[in-house]
Amino acid sequence: MTALTYLTGGLSLGSVYAIIALGYTMVYGIAKMLNFAHGDVIMIGGYVVFCTFTYMNLPVWLGLLLGMVVCTVLGIVIEKLAYKPLRGTSSLAVLITAIGVSYFLQNAALLVFGSAPKVFTSMFAKANNIELADGKLILTPETIFTILICVLIMIGLQVFITKTKMGKAMRAVSEDNDAARLMGINVNQAISTTFAIGSALAAVAGVLLCSSYPTLMPTTGAMPGIKAFTAAVFGGIGSIPGAMVGGLILGIIEILSRAYISTELSDAIVFGVLIVVLLVKPTGLLGRKITEKV
Amino acid sequence: MKTVRAHGVKGMLKRALAVVMAGTMVLSMAACGSEAEPAAESGSATVKIGGIGPLTGSAAVYGNAVYHGAQIAVDEINAKDPNFQFELNFQDDENDAEKAVNAYQKLKDWGVQLLLGTVTTTPCVAVSAETFADRVFELTPSASSTDVTKGKDNVFQLCFTDPNQGTTAAKYLVDNNLGEKIAVIYNNADAYSTGIYNAFTAELKKSGKDVVYTGTFSSDDNADFSVQLTGAQSAGADLVFMPIYYTPASMILAQASKMNYAPTFFGVDGMDGILAMEGFNKDLAENLMLMTPFNPWSKDEKVAAFVKTYEEKYGETPNQFAADAYDVVYAFYAACQAKGVTAETPASDACEAFVEYFTTEAKFDGLTGKGMTWGTNGEVSKDPVVCVIQGGIYVDR
Repeated sequence: MTALTYLTGGLSLGSVYAIIALGYTMVYGIAKMLNFAHGDVIMIGGYVVFCTFTYMNLPVWLGLLLGMVVCTVLGIVIEKLAYKPLRGTSSLAVLITAIGVSYFLQNAALLVFGSAPKVFTSMFAKANNIELADGKLILTPETIFTILICVLIMIGLQVFITKTKMGKAMRAVSEDNDAARLMGINVNQAISTTFAIGSALAAVAGVLLCSSYPTLMPTTGAMPGIKAFTAAVFGGIGSIPGAMVGGLILGIIEILSRAYISTELSDAIVFGVLIVVLLVKPTGLLGRKITEKV
Repeated sequence: MKTVRAHGVKGMLKRALAVVMAGTMVLSMAACGSEAEPAAESGSATVKIGGIGPLTGSAAVYGNAVYHGAQIAVDEINAKDPNFQFELNFQDDENDAEKAVNAYQKLKDWGVQLLLGTVTTTPCVAVSAETFADRVFELTPSASSTDVTKGKDNVFQLCFTDPNQGTTAAKYLVDNNLGEKIAVIYNNADAYSTGIYNAFTAELKKSGKDVVYTGTFSSDDNADFSVQLTGAQSAGADLVFMPIYYTPASMILAQASKMNYAPTFFGVDGMDGILAMEGFNKDLAENLMLMTPFNPWSKDEKVAAFVKTYEEKYGETPNQFAADAYDVVYAFYAACQAKGVTAETPASDACEAFVEYFTTEAKFDGLTGKGMTWGTNGEVSKDPVVCVIQGGIYVDR
């Protein structure tokens, strides 16, 4: 029974990684860049929604909507100011810029919100646990909703990029930037849209992350961001279902190794598994889909 | 108090960041420069107290509390004793050892006679090496590691040391028969947490008790405690000792409540501040026990007066850091009176007089304890206060 309890813990952690990894993989798949600031956009989303709850007393859905709007605008601004001028330069320059943006956001949040941690009220505070086996096995509403929302977003994204015109344009851009431009596709618009969607997802991820793990600090997004990036690579970066699978597996591995092997070594084990997977299958678990690029 | 973790994985890029942030820094430095301006008093000569602590950055909560608490004490003393005036010059160190040493040099140019600080452990270790060489008396309100005072006869602490807290907590649990089966969750990458844990288990062993489960984590950013809590629960622990800061502790309380696991939680002074977290559901902390030197809801007259002034002036309830700093200034005052230290006394003479006073005759009653005395190793000895949180406030036990 304890093992099952650990497993549910792993699911709840993994579902959070999965939803963050979706944003990473989306941006990477199309814009071909690792947006290391993704974790910090999540943190900003968390703060915005926290403020709508605490200071403005808005209902949950309105707060979430506002958070998504702010993050979308933020994502577009970051893209325009920090990444667009570097388009066409080495990918290393963009990567370093992304890390700079990440620090900028963390310190801006430190300046605005201060270093004292804030406690986020879970979106699902009113929902009850699901108790199985005489209450010995507990599934929290946060876990269930995170997984559900994750699946919904996954399906939505797949439909969007395969069925809509904009989605097709995005895929074309990801296949071949220059050829897409020659075919009359507005590359800048496609990439901006990618960032807008990725950042809106970050707001959702921020709310779900903070609902499961309620302490909000300027560094809240940093570590989950890096873990989720690992999850995205693990599942095959650029693949949307891969991000979800990678996130869940990563969460479960992390919790189980923490429970049965060692708390200190758990991160080492997680990254060790990643190395093994990449050695055996360099494109990640669901990497075959990388040819389709999201 | 103690070490505050440095920012994560991308540390090597701090330099690049420094350039990016330079503009912002100039602005914020200008702002805190004016805030940290010494409260210059009228014509009479003043005894110069230097203060060092983080007024900006991720540990700013601690530094500002110390600065504000000390300022209140200085203002009080200046108002009631016309023949004796203090002047406080508080410098920002951003919880950085190098900046703390620079701040100390600045204070030396200013003519500092007594040093209050520093607030956090790592900068304090660096600064106390300097004060030891310069013979400047140093009393820290909150740096609790034994490294701060080790081998330095001029450095004293007003707060409990880490091992001292662990020992006292273990004794308290045994004496009061709290907890049949005790589990511990601590941060094994943090000197503060580990120091308390080691002393706690050693003391517990002496009385023939054992810890049934030990859970560790290695970063105060850690979010998931399901493994540690499941471990403690399946080991049947009815008391969980948490020698950790309030941020991870708040996560533990929230997750334990979701798991329907309700042992007695017992924290130490790092737990102080949990009720002040914005948005924290105080019901989660109901019946949480903690060892803290300062209870802002205490019925004590002096405490109540301090809390009232602090709330009026700064709009928040003071924490233990503010109270510690307030006590430091009053301890300085008592020592100045006893040893006849004035504005004309050179810092090194004041240092020798203070060292002698603190190790022999000092018996100080403050907000954070009565009858405090100091050993030659600089450690304070005072009675611990155990509070339990009920209805969102501390209640003395």
